Amino acid sequence: MANKYLDTLTGGLWKRIPPFRLVLGLCPALAVTMSAENGLGMGLATAFVLTLSNGAISTLRQVIPSKVRIASYIVIIATLVSIVEILMKAFFFPLSQQLGIYIPLIVVNCIVLGRAEGFAAKNPPLLSMIDGFSVGTGYALSLLLIGSIREIFGAGTWFGMMVFGETFEPMAFLVSAPGAFVTIGVMLALQNLFSRWRGEKFIQG
Amino acid sequence: MDLFFLAISATFVNNILLAQYLGNCPFLGVSKKLETALGMAMAVVFVTIMAAIFTWSVFSYVLKPYGLEFLQTLSFILIIASLVQLVEIILKKQSRVLYNGLGVYLPLITTNCAVMGVALLVAKKEYNFIEMLVFSSTSAVGYGLALILFAGIRERLVISAVPKSLQGTSIALITAGIMALAFIGFQGMA
Repeated sequence: MANKYLDTLTGGLWKRIPPFRLVLGLCPALAVTMSAENGLGMGLATAFVLTLSNGAISTLRQVIPSKVRIASYIVIIATLVSIVEILMKAFFFPLSQQLGIYIPLIVVNCIVLGRAEGFAAKNPPLLSMIDGFSVGTGYALSLLLIGSIREIFGAGTWFGMMVFGETFEPMAFLVSAPGAFVTIGVMLALQNLFSRWRGEKFIQG
Repeated sequence: MDLFFLAISATFVNNILLAQYLGNCPFLGVSKKLETALGMAMAVVFVTIMAAIFTWSVFSYVLKPYGLEFLQTLSFILIIASLVQLVEIILKKQSRVLYNGLGVYLPLITTNCAVMGVALLVAKKEYNFIEMLVFSSTSAVGYGLALILFAGIRERLVISAVPKSLQGTSIALITAGIMALAFIGFQGMA
């Protein structure tokens, strides 16, 4: 019993870590990871929504008729996202300005709906919340990692602090749009390489 | 003339897919075959324009006059979700082939951030009706263009020898990166 909870808790951190294992939620992963700070902020906002939406949907899973379930999920998720939007405007105004339309776009982040449909609809509330928390944390960590790589090599800073000193010539390519695609592509390849080296099953196609 | 620049900028310079990173999940999902990409592109163009018209009307005649901007996210997603349902029903009746080809990806338009993104951008930039129409249609066409071009490249990728670890999504993303690089070349135009 305890094992099941532990399994779910660690699952999101490696076995199902988005956006690498679960190739979902790429748009924010590409768009807001210009800097480590933005990546982490976006990741935490998504994790917050994901945990609560999984909990709410799982609690209501017996009540929601299966024909209109997607619409119901979307309404629940949209409500939570509105809350996050308002909270961020109140307490983290500069960050919310930087993330811009990507905060309301958490509604259409496939991870949130994907976990609702794939996990919360079939499991009890507590377990679903743990799953949401774990996948959300995994996502936040991934975004932090992508953001760090792009910021350190693309701008020479990390969370706004100088890393390499004055003589470093930043690779502006990494902070620009094409750099985002290439960074994530290369990271996916490395992850595939690592999985194959460990002899794991080749999951994503 | 301003409208012309707006159109060029939305289609090429600020391409919704390659410069604003919206709508990547279906982009990677349906771009394996040219035919499905074409169908998806058409569906996205249609839904985006319709969604922009409806969300714009609701935003400027209901939400804004009554100070209800905080309901923006909720109302926009509901409008888009019902629109997609409508398109699905129409396609099912009118074109069975296309419906079968698009399969699972049609409901996914609901969660296509390009549609929602255009609606949000229109509201954020406070466009008037004509500007909204031009912006949404050219953005959607830009999305379709990128999707179809990419599907063409991806069909060739299948027959080329890609290193094992790079296969699948990985090489697709890197290809998209190179395409985005090409689209940056349009920046001198506007």
